[in-house]
Formats: sequence, structure tokens, C-alpha cells
Amino acid sequence: MTTEPLAAPAGGGTAAGAPPLHRRLLGRLVEANPAVVTVLSVFTALVFGGVLIDVTSTTVLHAWSAIGSHPGTALSLTVTTVTDAYGAILSGSILSPSVLGHAISSGSGWTQVFNPISETCVAATPLILAGVGVAIGFRTGVFNIGAQGQVIAGSIVALYVGFAVHLPIWIHLPLVVLGGAAGGAAAGLIPGILKARTGAHEVIVTIMLNYVFLNLLNYVLGGPPFQLPGQTNEISQKMLPTARMPHLFGSTLRVNLGFVIAIAMAALGSWFMNRTTLGFSFKVTGANPDAARTAGMSHAKVTIVAFAISGMLAGMAGMATLSGTNFFLSSGYGGTLGFNAITVALLGRNKPWGVVWASLLFAMLDVGGAAMQVRTGITLDLTSVIQATIIFFIATPMLVREIYRLRSTGQGALQLFTKGWSG
Amino acid sequence: MKLELRGITKHFGSLVANDRVDLTVEPGEIHCLLGENGAGKTTLMNVLFGLLRADAGEIRVDGEPVSFADPGEAVRRGIGMVHQHFMLIPVFTVAENVVLGFEPTRRLGWLDRRRARHDVLALSGEFGLEVDPDAVVETLPVGVQQRVEILKALQRDARLLILDEPTAVLTPQETEALFRIMRSLKESGRSILFITHKLKEVLRVADRITVMRGGRVVGSTTPAEADEKSLATMMVGRDVELVVTKPPATPQGPVLELEHLSVADERGVMVVEDVTLSVHGGEIVALAGVQGNGQTELSEAIVGLRPVRSGSFRLGGADLTHASPRERIRAGLANVPEDRQVDGLVLSMSIAENLVLDQYDRPPYARHGVRNLAAMHENGRRALRDFDIRATGPAVAVATLSGGNQQKVVVARELSRQVRALIASQPTRGLDVGSIEYVHRRVVQARDAGAAVLIVSSELDEVLALGDRVAVMYRGRIVDVVDPGVGREAIGMLMAGSVPGSRHGAPQGPVSGVGT
Repeated sequence: MTTEPLAAPAGGGTAAGAPPLHRRLLGRLVEANPAVVTVLSVFTALVFGGVLIDVTSTTVLHAWSAIGSHPGTALSLTVTTVTDAYGAILSGSILSPSVLGHAISSGSGWTQVFNPISETCVAATPLILAGVGVAIGFRTGVFNIGAQGQVIAGSIVALYVGFAVHLPIWIHLPLVVLGGAAGGAAAGLIPGILKARTGAHEVIVTIMLNYVFLNLLNYVLGGPPFQLPGQTNEISQKMLPTARMPHLFGSTLRVNLGFVIAIAMAALGSWFMNRTTLGFSFKVTGANPDAARTAGMSHAKVTIVAFAISGMLAGMAGMATLSGTNFFLSSGYGGTLGFNAITVALLGRNKPWGVVWASLLFAMLDVGGAAMQVRTGITLDLTSVIQATIIFFIATPMLVREIYRLRSTGQGALQLFTKGWSG
Repeated sequence: MKLELRGITKHFGSLVANDRVDLTVEPGEIHCLLGENGAGKTTLMNVLFGLLRADAGEIRVDGEPVSFADPGEAVRRGIGMVHQHFMLIPVFTVAENVVLGFEPTRRLGWLDRRRARHDVLALSGEFGLEVDPDAVVETLPVGVQQRVEILKALQRDARLLILDEPTAVLTPQETEALFRIMRSLKESGRSILFITHKLKEVLRVADRITVMRGGRVVGSTTPAEADEKSLATMMVGRDVELVVTKPPATPQGPVLELEHLSVADERGVMVVEDVTLSVHGGEIVALAGVQGNGQTELSEAIVGLRPVRSGSFRLGGADLTHASPRERIRAGLANVPEDRQVDGLVLSMSIAENLVLDQYDRPPYARHGVRNLAAMHENGRRALRDFDIRATGPAVAVATLSGGNQQKVVVARELSRQVRALIASQPTRGLDVGSIEYVHRRVVQARDAGAAVLIVSSELDEVLALGDRVAVMYRGRIVDVVDPGVGREAIGMLMAGSVPGSRHGAPQGPVSGVGT
């Protein structure tokens, strides 16, 4: 196809008028990507994962080397190895039929039935919060790579509120939530203000700030008041019981109020983008900053507020894990949450509800992967490969279209094409 | 070269972009392809140039059927194309640009610059294309850059030259020069396919005219048999009013006042210098000038998108020199920006949303920060009706509309609030005849309602049709304000920088960058 090179000069035709690289990239990743491509990307990645399971399984390879004598065995092993693995992921992350059967027949062990889905919700909670934050940023055209740092900033503030003040739970817990939100928002304001006032590129600034916050965490964990008394390791004090998220379904299932907050924030985010004037100015600025400016919207204000909201949600993500399941901070807290948030935002097509589904899928793979490793011996890393492959396919919509012989989006592609000629 | 297109058909989904198009270009002929935007001219050229594959039909070159898989093959068969947006490397010299891709080399692949230079001189001498082969392209005026494009095609031995809207960026004088070049190419036996929507030019330069509408060839004629009126009727499919009918202006007091305004571009170069102009309520001032003489920057400064270096801007007596775009909008300034797709619209959003882009946070569209979607859609339905926007509904994305309907969305938004002053830049660029007529009528209506209207246009026809007074800009300054009655010739001279009563010709001042 010759459409690609021609699409470049579309809409004005001058190189000077072309949007910056990251914006074009984002446009390609999201706008040029119909939902069907997203679904097919996930499907293709699962197929790819299946092939990977087979070719790394010594049992399957062995059966294939003896295909002449036992062709049936080779084929059935090829299929069952994959279905066993994926079955283990499903039963480990949602519902295990055998455990369910046991619970029904014996009348006990219901906790075990619901534990997998409870764990999936726990794992999805921070992803949803941080993912919605990143997605709102993307929709506004700000490329927030700094969720990682904002997660840490929110966690530090929430932790401090969580151990340093003594209050009844009904006021303490809201304060912890607010603390996480405020910490994240403050961390988000830094790149927002720098970008709006000086034009500093937010990608560079946020990446650098990630290191700042990473080391800030190490620093505060090295001594009072954060460090756990009597410790030399970088481990913090524990959150007071009144600062912890109550469990939703009894003490043994870890799913907690944080999940409800995450879903509520996704709903609020969706409403915010679609129904509020501020959300509208975010969307317009993200879709066409020039038109936004011409229509009288303040680019500086939008950038700063969008960054603050994005950071606020990332901070709440750090808070949710801290107050929900972890209760203390240690060096390296948050892991790769900030980057996984970017991933689920892209997979969720930058829509809050899309992020919820994407987060649940990624949480399933994480939680179920552990069960798969235990049950089948296939390494947990496989699920990371599947997650990465999903993103790989989402980033290459042309490839997915080619694989499934999808017709390109017709109107859209056609328009880019002809605009390249006639301006 | 004799080129025959027979029964070319091209579908895009359910849309028929070309429907059994027949077109024959004889050797040594200037053939004009005339049609509105969306008539299928561009698709046809893409098919001819190997960028699209036709669903049906055949292409014959000198009687022999051909099929081009890519532009390279078309070039090898002697077809050259000069695009509307030039494909030149600004920092290279003319000679380097001309040989780019077909560079003459010496041993070990060293560039043979001398031969490149020699080739360019030989070609430009042969066809009267005056160009300095050593000049760096970015320093050349647009008209000369276009010659470089033509030279490029000739250097590849093009025997059929396709010119896509070549006069859009030229001054009247440069257009004349282009026509002379076209005639000399024709005399050498080369064929020219000239794509345009400007009726006057067609009648001046064409040997034969083919008119397209809705993907089909609707007629073929010659300048001797046709006139502007008949061509426009063929192109649009109905009778068209080519002349704007407007009653004489009844100017009131000054509304939009610029005093000693100076504006710099991104590099800090002054591109608008000491401009003083006042537009009265109830009159239209047309700001004429060739593109790139500071009009763009001046209009950006007026709407608040570009800071003013010195001088002042007043609207209805209030000093808004340093006001934000929003404050100016609230003060009653309406703006139809030069590039509607960049500055005027959010293409991925709906018509209804685009119609409230500057009012989205005020009642009835929002209350206490929460949007009222019902009010927005109601407004969209009303605008569709009142402004004759052709779309299936207000929820349709603006990207799917034709250029004319997109512009109507912009005009509808800007004119559906209280307007004290309207500034419209190139308001009809790229529009079809029907939409031009409509936009012009709306502009005159705004004037008659008492608004001060400033039209920025590089189209002389538009300047003469709309302006009650004409201010001509050259190199960042207003060289003169004249009555449109002084005629095309006089205004054309002013646009080229000749100032009456000045023996030194153009006033000195920096030129803003040439470009599209």
C-alpha cells in the first residue's frame, strides 16, 4: 500500500505544521485503531502465547519428534498443553470449576472459590486508578510517563497520614485517600507547570522525575519519621488499622474498598471527560490544540490541570495498594505500576471504562500466571510475554489488519490519502 | 504525448470517486481539467500517476495500453507531475533539486555538480524558464520554486506535464509568467494537463476543457465555445451567481482599529510593521496581498494568537492589544481562520461539538461546569438548517464533510453569536463555487447587520467582489488603501510591491518565509 507515506503531509502539508512525534504516535496508537483491532490484538497475542508454550514444552517437542509412530499423541499434546495452561490461568484468576464443585458438595470452602477473583480485583485496583489517570492525560495530549513517580509521591503522603495521625476510621481513611490524591497531584503539577510555563517537554521531565521520586522514597525510608524503628533496612512504619481499607467480603478475601474506589474513579473520569466543560476542553485540546487555542481555551490551564488530575489518580493508585494490602512502603515500592498504567491506557483506548477492562485482563494474566506456574510448571514469564505481545500488536495496527485481511478504515484512510494531494 | 483514459472507474467502498471517466489529451495540447473539490479530479490523477489502481478502465500512452504500479513507472513513461505543495528540499540549490533522484555521477559515485548545473541551464534556456541554478531553493519566491518543479519534470524527460492547481500560490504576474512557460512547452510538442477550479484561467490558457462533476465527465468544450457562466453551470450543475450582489455599504463609526501595529514571527523577524488600519461598522475591508506578506501574522495578532510587538488594537473603543483570545471572543470578535482544518475545527469531533467550540462553557450549553448535551444538539440541528450544512445529522464527525460544508460549520459557529467585528482569512480557499457563493452572502449579511468585516484574501476575484475598500499588504506593510473600482491591474501591481509615487519601488522590509 502506498497510503502510509502520503498520509504524512496531510492536513496542511507543511512540515512545520506537523504535530510533534509523540502526538502523532499517540494518534496512530489510539485514533487509527478501531476496537476490532484491539480485540484481535489480544486474540493474536493469546495464539502467539500458545505457540510459545508448545515450542518451549519438552513434552510436546518430544511427542513431535515421534510423530511418525504416534501422530495422535503429538497433536493432542499440542492442544492440551495450551488449554491446560490457559485453563490454569482462568481458574487461577477467576473461578476454578473443581474448587467450586468441592464447595458445593461439601458446603464449605467458599472462600477458596472466590479467592481467585478477589485477587484479580486486588491486582486490578492500582492499574485501573493509574491507568485512568494516564488515559485522561493522553486524551488531553499530555504524555505522562511519570505515573511511576506520582505513585510514589502519593504513597509517601498517604503513608505519613496513615501512621502519624490517630483518628477514627471514618475520618482517618478519607484523609489517607486525600493524602494519596494530593501527593500524586502535586507530583503531577511539576511537569504540568514546567510544560505550560516554559515549554519543557513533559516526556523528558516526567522520566527524570521518576528517578527523583524513586530516590526520594529511598531517602525517606532511611530514617525517621518514616523508617520502622529499630530497623536498618529501608522499610517504613505500618499504617494504623484505622488507615486501612476495609475488606468487602470478610477478612479472608483481600478484595477491599480500594477496588470500589477505583471503579468509582473510572466512572467519575468517564463522566468528567464527557459531561463537564473542563473535560470537553481537555478533549478538544488533545484532538487539536490549535483549534482549542483559537476557540479561546487556555492551553496552559488545560495542561496544568490535566497533569494534576493524571498525577492525582496515579497517587491514588499507590495509596490503594498501600492502604489495601501492603500497609507499609519499602524500597522499590510500586514496581512497574507506572509503566503498566501506560499499557492499560493504550489497551483501553484511553477511555476510562476501556481501562477498567484492560486492567482486569492484565490482572488476570498476572494472578492466573502464578497459578499456571504452580499447576503446569510453565514459567510465569509467559504472561509477561503475552502482555507485551498484546501491546506489540496494538502498536502495529497495520500488521493486525494484514493478518486478518481487514479492510482499512475506508473513510479515514481515504481522506488522509486524498488530503495529501489537494491540501 | 497522446494520453487516453478510457472508462476509468474507482470505488472507495460505496463511494464512486471516478465513474467511467474518458479523457484524451492530444500531443501539444493544454488540456484543462475543471471541477469542484470532490469532483474526482484528484482521484483520477492518482490513478494516472500510479498511486491508485483503477477498478476498471484503461490508460493508453501513444495508443499503447499501460498500467503504472507506482509513480516511478509513470515518470519513466514520460509523465511528470507538479504538485500543489512543492516537493523540494529547501536547503539545496536549484541544480541539486532538479537532479535529485537522477543524479549524474562521476567515477566512484561522486556527484557531477557541473553537469547538473549545465543540464539545468540548458533546460531553462530551451523553455524560457529563468532560474539561477546555484540559488538555494528556500531563498526563491514561490513562483520560481514552481519553475524548479517544472524543470525537475522536464529533466526526467516528461512529455506530459500534470499541473495540480498551480496558480493557487502565485501573484497575478507570476501566473502570467507560468502561462508563458506553459505555451512554450506546448510549442515543443509536450502536453499539459492543467487542473484548476479558476474559470478565468481556464478560458485564457486552455486548448480544450473537460469538466468533471460527481466523479463523471459532464462535458467537454473549448474556450471559444464557453464563457465563465456556462463553465460554472457545468461544474456545479445549476445556475450560479458569480458576482456578489451587495448594496452599497453604510459605514458607521470605526469598530476595529489597528494603530502602528508591529508583529514578529517565531524567529523574531518583524513580519508586520507599523500597520494602521481602521474598519468601520457596516463595511468590508479586503486585505489583499500575495501569501506570505504578513497577512497571516497580522490576523493571528488580531485574534490574540500572536503577541503584538508594538502598537495597539482596539475593538469598539476597548483596548484589547494584550487580551487573550477568549476575551476577544467575548468582546464580539468572530474569526474564520485561514486553515479551517488546523485552527478552525476538531475534525474527529461532531458538528454539534464544533459549533460550540467557543461557547461550550456558557449557558445554555453548560451550567456550573456541567455540559448540557441536549442544548448542544439542538443548536446543531438548528445550524444545519440555518446554514445549509449538508450532513445527515449534528452528531456526524466533521472529518466526513466536504470542504465547503466544513467551512459552513466554521462560519455558522462564528456568526451565530453577537458579532461586532469579523475577521475572515482566505474564507473560500478550496471551496466549490456553490459554497463560495454561500459564504460570500453570509459575509455581506454580517456587514449589513453592522459588523466591521476584515477579509484577508490572496484571490483578487474575492477581494474585488467583497471589499468596500481594499488594503494591499506587501512585505509586512500596508502599501495603500484603495477603492476596488481602481481595477485588477492596479491592485495586482500593488500586490507585487509597486507603490504609486515611489521611484524606488517596493518599501524595504523583511519578507516572511515563502511556503504553502
